[in-house]
Amino acid sequence: MLDLHGYGPRLLEGSLLTLELALLSLLLAVLLGLLSASAKLSSSRILRGIAHVYTLVIRGVPDLVLMLLLFYGGQIGINMATDWIYSEFDVDIFININAFVAGVVTIGIIFGAYMSETFRGAFLAVDEGLLEAGRAYGMRPWAVFRHIRFPLMMRHALPGLGNNWMVLLKTTALVSIIGLSDMVKVAAEATKATHEPFLFMIPVALGYLLIASVSEWCFMKLRQRFDIGFSSGGSSWNN
Amino acid sequence: MADTSIPLEINHLHKSFNGNPVLNGLSLKAQKGDVITLIGASGSGKSTFLRCMNLLEMPDQGELIVHGEAIGFKVDRKGQRQPEDWKQVERIRARLSMVFQNFNLWPHMTLIENVMAAPVHVLKMPKAQAREKGMALLKRVGLSERASYFPTQMSGGQQQRGAIARALAMDPEVMLFDEPTSALDPELVGDVLHVMHELADEGRTMIVVTHEMDFARDVSNHVMFLHQGLIEEQGAPGDILTSPRSERLQQFLAPRY
Repeated sequence: MLDLHGYGPRLLEGSLLTLELALLSLLLAVLLGLLSASAKLSSSRILRGIAHVYTLVIRGVPDLVLMLLLFYGGQIGINMATDWIYSEFDVDIFININAFVAGVVTIGIIFGAYMSETFRGAFLAVDEGLLEAGRAYGMRPWAVFRHIRFPLMMRHALPGLGNNWMVLLKTTALVSIIGLSDMVKVAAEATKATHEPFLFMIPVALGYLLIASVSEWCFMKLRQRFDIGFSSGGSSWNN
Repeated sequence: MADTSIPLEINHLHKSFNGNPVLNGLSLKAQKGDVITLIGASGSGKSTFLRCMNLLEMPDQGELIVHGEAIGFKVDRKGQRQPEDWKQVERIRARLSMVFQNFNLWPHMTLIENVMAAPVHVLKMPKAQAREKGMALLKRVGLSERASYFPTQMSGGQQQRGAIARALAMDPEVMLFDEPTSALDPELVGDVLHVMHELADEGRTMIVVTHEMDFARDVSNHVMFLHQGLIEEQGAPGDILTSPRSERLQQFLAPRY
């Protein structure tokens, strides 16, 4: 049997943390991406401006710098705010940034910016006439989005979304610098203690590969789901 | 006071795009069972006029009254005219179904799903009931066998008949047709016109933007000829299509004979 010098359970915990972190970050990134893509396409100049600054700043600054800024800078900012509240109102609050939450928020914010461009392009690829048909029958904006715009947009967004997800998954390894024990961190510690890098790094590599393979399968299913009506039966527009 | 027996009344509609006037004070009154055709050269404003009727385009000035209910407008901070109450617009749109030049069937839904969508999501009709009704409508337009097909699997003529079934599913008081046969191959036009002819015969109120002069002559009871956003000439098809008074309408009709 494979002897992991007793690091097996911690490595498993680390891989679960990686997975949780990645999935929650993905959720946040998709939400932020949809919101900022909608903002970029809105008629409000202020919303467009905010969304453009968001994607410019996030995509222009290294992930590592952003994570440190948000984790340490965020804590300092919160401390300053709570100090001010204490001095002004004599109310003592203590808020500690949880490393897991900080990780999810940072990765979510970073990838939201990339998703934003993916979704913007996908929204633009939907034929305006199809949305108009929905409005012409009295559908509310939300109904048009949910039943027409979103499903049609997803078909165009999925390739970019899958790409972003793969990069996001591997970016979760950055959280080790803010003290979270994801599987990379556990493996690095174990390697230092035992001087057996292959013993730990190969399972970690296989772990990522497994998650990636399962995601590939999920995305294939999603593609099939959103391709319905487009690639069926090989028939054509022969009028 | 409001006359609820008139399905659609439009008074002095104006619309311009970026300062270019497109509609210059158009009025129209559709009585129940009227089939009104709007004809005119491209750029005459006929499609814009139709699209103003369900507010896909926002008219700059003018009055829109659907079944005695006038649509309220306000002017926003940028000086743009907006509906006072979007809910009223949605309610009114649900009563004026539109059939588009490019069909605009939703490609990710089967034909029957297309027909069911608006009754289910707008009128909150139970799905089973919407399906039953949808199937009956597909039968009417000769597409029963195509119910579970996707739009890409159908010909243009079938798609347009499907789109007419989708419009009928809302039990509209007025049906708006925006050049329904212009995107079709010539041999497929007949089927679509045949369905529209039947709808006219059963007393549906229809407003049709079209280039099909035969349809205007044989089916409609009122023809409006638009030129530069104004009604140049209008009347019964037997009169104005056979003996047009204005020179422009004579020119417009001439190459067709």
